[in-house]
Formats: sequence, structure tokens, C-alpha cells
Amino acid sequence: MNETHFKRMKDLPSTHLLGSGTPMCAGCGGLQALHEIYDVLGEKTVFINAAGCMTLLSVYPFTPFRGSWLYTAMAAAPAAAQGVRDALDILKEKKQISEADDLLPVVLTGDGSAYGMGLNATSGAMERDLDFLYICYDNEGYGNTGQQYSGATPHAARTATSKGVSGFSGFKKDLFSIWAAHRPSYVATVIGAEPLDLARKIEKAKEMNGSRLIIALSPCPTGWGFDPKETAQIGKLAVKTGMWPLKEYINGEIVHTKIPHPRLPVEEYLKTQERFEHLFKPDRKELLINEIQAKVDDYWESIE
Amino acid sequence: MTRKLLTGNAAAAWGARLAKTDYMPVFPITPQTEIIETLANWIDNQQMPGRLVTLESEHSMIAAAGAAAATGVRTFTATSSQGLLYGMEMIYTVAGWRAPFVMVNVSRGLSAPITLEPDHNDILAARDSGFLQIHCATCQEVLDTTLMAYRLAEDSRIRLPVIVNEDGFYLSFTREPVEIPDEQAAAEFVGEFNPEETKFRASAPSSQAVAVLGGTPYSYFRYEIHQALQNGLAVYREIADEFAERFGRRHDVIESYLTDDAEYVFVMMGCFATKAKAAVDSLREAGWKIGLLRPRLIRPFPAEDFRQLLAGKKAVAVVDQNLSMGKGGVLHTELTSELYGFGDAPAIVASFVGGLGGRDISQEEFFEMANVLRDSVSNQETPPPRLLYTESELRQVYKLQAIAHVEREELSQS
Repeated sequence: MNETHFKRMKDLPSTHLLGSGTPMCAGCGGLQALHEIYDVLGEKTVFINAAGCMTLLSVYPFTPFRGSWLYTAMAAAPAAAQGVRDALDILKEKKQISEADDLLPVVLTGDGSAYGMGLNATSGAMERDLDFLYICYDNEGYGNTGQQYSGATPHAARTATSKGVSGFSGFKKDLFSIWAAHRPSYVATVIGAEPLDLARKIEKAKEMNGSRLIIALSPCPTGWGFDPKETAQIGKLAVKTGMWPLKEYINGEIVHTKIPHPRLPVEEYLKTQERFEHLFKPDRKELLINEIQAKVDDYWESIE
Repeated sequence: MTRKLLTGNAAAAWGARLAKTDYMPVFPITPQTEIIETLANWIDNQQMPGRLVTLESEHSMIAAAGAAAATGVRTFTATSSQGLLYGMEMIYTVAGWRAPFVMVNVSRGLSAPITLEPDHNDILAARDSGFLQIHCATCQEVLDTTLMAYRLAEDSRIRLPVIVNEDGFYLSFTREPVEIPDEQAAAEFVGEFNPEETKFRASAPSSQAVAVLGGTPYSYFRYEIHQALQNGLAVYREIADEFAERFGRRHDVIESYLTDDAEYVFVMMGCFATKAKAAVDSLREAGWKIGLLRPRLIRPFPAEDFRQLLAGKKAVAVVDQNLSMGKGGVLHTELTSELYGFGDAPAIVASFVGGLGGRDISQEEFFEMANVLRDSVSNQETPPPRLLYTESELRQVYKLQAIAHVEREELSQS
């Protein structure tokens, strides 16, 4: 692995590849991450999409991508990536296309697909060591249908299907570990609010072969309840409070790429979002806040 | 050309091999598995080129097949029954992609109750998907139709996936003498795969299968699929003519057996139609003017062919090896809808359902159906739909129920 081209913020790409004017919501944290990712990946890519918010990026006859796009179905994107990759390999072997015409298949799905319906196909793709990149924009719920809870929803969050006093009773599934357990080439978490960390990881993944999977926490103004201008700030808080650990799985080891020091209390993050408002109003729910804090503390104690 | 004893499954594998298929995403399911095992063995022993990948489900398998065809390689896959249903979302999806490839379905009854033996409810569930659908009755047809299906799928006037159907067990596991075309002759007939505009290349970015907003673009693209399918009949005839010329075997849109002078006609699809053929022979010996029509193409539906072949006939018995719950036989419904309002159409089109889950349809039952047709003509009344079942079968089931009851009693006492 060569050293990163991205040493400082000013090293980040200054030309932006993804077109503007898409139907994504104002302040979409997923789109922010995708912009940054696409700038590093470049246009020799075919995005293979599963049903979700970003399906609306390409609506006939428009697309913000300079490269290619294939919409599939909610559970099928990694399997379609298999078909595309294999077909391109066959065409290269038969010398029907040149190396220059090759493309990187990039699966693009939300957490609804990645944590649930599409997990089977993702597991299969990794088991076959499929040479592809997977990007999950994780807005912690079925966002495109109005933010119902998904396997990615954090404990206590209010969603359209968990409106009770304590919010969502389950816990966010550890997709990073599930993916890493397959021992693929690369797994990483990123967030658009930390563009340098993101660019280095995408740069690294781009140069590798095999299965490379990225989870981008995607602050969601409409689903989480905050002003669109807060997206970057909330993203930074997710990292600084330790709620969203930035890490990578590489060569069989997990490395944290940004250890928050000092770690801010989780409530600094929670109180910025309406989905956690019930933890503070009308009465402060100390037990729930402490429970969330304790989970985060446990996590960081286990790795420090 | 060589002549060999082949199962229907081996014939399907030969079809894929002779078509020089590049890519085979697969998943095992009884009674289809022999097809993919045969292909995998050939590839492992360098007897054929190509890449075979086992996916983790039929949903993924059909997604991979469609995506590979959309990237620009010749693709083959195969499934059956529950597998077809598990992949059904992708069946509709890849047809919408206009991804041309060939899939063999080995018909098997649907759960529940779960069973292994054949009927056509699986394949007919894909009826409205946009796949073309061809039903075979012999192992030879399975091989020949697979080759023809590539021509159909890849034709510029069609550009859609095609399902070739063979019946589980009765064809899939039955050895029949099959003429295997020479590799060269088959390759010349099928030709090179031309992806046309359906491909992904770095130098020519494209967006496929993008979303639409509103009914106007949606309807346009859906109508286009329908019209492409309708082109299929004329294109199929060209291909069948060429095939007959090259290989000396003719596979018409509808196989017509002794119908020219017939007053009565059986209509059946799939290999159970060979039982009807035998019954036609016996009935003819007894003096009946009776024949058989066996549609090979179900999608596109050969409506005009049926109208012509059935014009002036006294009565028709449609024997469906499927059951649309709450409606009846699917082929009966389809056929009558195309005959209605045409003056010379037969007045009596009777519906019989049989052969579900591989249940036999006996010669006696065909004779009985013929009697029902004759009586209906003299009464001038269409008979009610019949579900074929005999008294001895009923007694058999009562016996099974009695055993089940005893077993449960014993369990509850112990």
C-alpha cells in the first residue's frame, strides 16, 4: 500500500464528479458521503443500487453519475454485482473489451438493505470473494418510506414505528463485525463529516482487490429531526461522542482511525436530534441516557 | 451429429453447451440439479469453456444472470418450482431490463404441501413477467428449444429473456434418444452474441433500469415489453423454419396432431400431452374423429394459430396440468378468451384439470373426456369444469387420513 495522497484537507479532490440537483433531501448525510466517495473512486465505476433513498438519484432520463448505473431490487444488489463483475472478466478474457473499458462494480444501498434483506446476498458475495466495493449509507432506519426502525436503528431512537415513551427497544446491529467475520479484504466505517478519514479509506479500498465494504453513517435531517445545516456538526458529534467509531478491518485486524479524545458525553449528540428528544423532555430519562452512555463506554474500554 | 440416450436435464445442458454460453449463475433444486452438475463437470474437465458460479439463492442467481446479460455476455441458468418463486421478484425485474438470456425451468408442483413431482403452476406464475415461455414435450425438444431460445432472446425485435420449460421427472429424468447437433452447426445457427446497446463499458457510460416517475414513462416501457413479446411469434416462425432447414426437425408454435379432419380436439401443454396423443390414437381406432393441439409457445400466446386450428371444430377439451385457485385451469381461461366472439370457434370448450403433482392422467380418463365432449355437443351445453380424480384415489387418501388420525391419537396418549 502506497502512502496516502490525502495528507491534509487541501489534498482532497477539488473537482467534483457527482452532479447536483438530485431529489435527495437538503442536508442528506448520505449524499454528502457519496459526493466525497465518488470524487475518489472516479467515473470508471458502475453503481449497482438496491431499493432505497438513493434509487431516486437516477430518475429517467437524468443521472448525476458520469459513470454507469444499474438499479436492481432491495435484496439483490451484491448478486447483480457478481453478474457484472463476472461478465466483465469474461469479456476481458475473451479480449472482447480492453482493460481500459473495465469498471469497478460499486454496490450502493441503504441500511435497510445492508443490515437486513440484502445481508444474505452480501454474505454470499464475500464468501465468493467477489471483487467489488459496497457502500452502505446508514441513516439508521427505513428512511425512504418515512423512517421506520430497521436493524440499524440505535437504542431508544424514536422512529415512525417506535413512537412509544422509550423509543426503539432494540439495539443497532453490529454490521461491521458481521461483515468482518467473513474476512473480506477490507471493511471500514466512515462519515461525510470527516472527509480526510473517508478519502483515505476509499483510496485504500480502491487500490485493493476482493470484497471491500464501507458503512457511512448518514445523518438524516428528515428521519432524525434536525435542521439540514446541522448535518456536518451532528456527524462530527457522532465521532466525538464515540457513538460512531471510525475504524477499519484490514489484514485480519481492526484499527481505529480516529479515537475521540477526550470523548464527549453521548447526550451532546443525542440532544441535537428530535428522535432522541423524549430522553430530555418533558422529563430527563436518566436511566436510558446512562444506558446508552454505558454501552459507548464499554465499547471504548474494550479497545483502549 | 451424434445420437445418444439423454435425460431432459442432460439435453438442457447440451443446449447451453452448444449455444456457447459464457456465464452460468446457478443454484441447486430438485429436479433441476442434474443440469448444473452436468455443466459444472464439463467445465471442470475442460470439455466446455465458460464460467459457472453458484449463488446463495435463486433470487441472487436470477439477479446475477440478468446483470451479466446486461453487461454483455451470453448467459444460461436453470431452476424449478420453489426456486422460481423465490426468484420471482427478479424474474419480473430482469425482463424489464430487457436482458436477453435463457433459463430452463424444470416444472414441479408448488408448496404447500411440498412435493417433488411436476405440474405447471410454477412456470405459469411467471406468465405475466415479460419472459417468453416455451414448453417442451420430449428431450430432443429441450435441446433444440434451448438453441432456438437464444436466437429469440437476442433478436433485435425482441431482446427479452426466455424460459424453456421441461416437466420434472417425466422429462428431466427420462432418457430418450436425442440427436446432438454438431458443435459447428449449432454455433452457426445460434451465432455470436451481440449485446447491442445493453452493456457496461468505461468508455460508454450507461444507466440501466433507472426509476421513472409517473404512469406515462412507466406505461411506455411496459407497453414496449408487451409489443416485443408479440413480435415473438413471427420471429419464432422464422427461427423454426431455419432450424428445420438446418437440422431437419420442425418445432412449430403449436404442435398439431391429427386435427385436420377432427371434430373433437384435446388441448394440452408439456409432456403429459404425449399421454393425450396415445389416447387420440386409440380413440381414432375406435372411430373417433379426434386430435390434439399442444402449444409450445405460451408467451407470446399463439391466439391466431389457435383460432385457425380450431375453426369449425365441434368441441374442445382443455386439459390443464395447473390450477388457478378460485378460477380453474389457466390454459382454458387463456384459450376461451381468445376464441370468444369468433363465429367459427367451437361452441364447446370444456375444462379439465389433472396431473397436479405428477398425478397420472389415465387413458380411460381421456376416453371419458371424449365422451363428455360428445354428450355436450348433443346437449348443446358446456359441461362444468372437472377436477380429475378417481374413487380409488379418494379411498387411498381416506386411508392415509385414517393412519394420520391414529398416529396423532397414539402420540397424544403417550
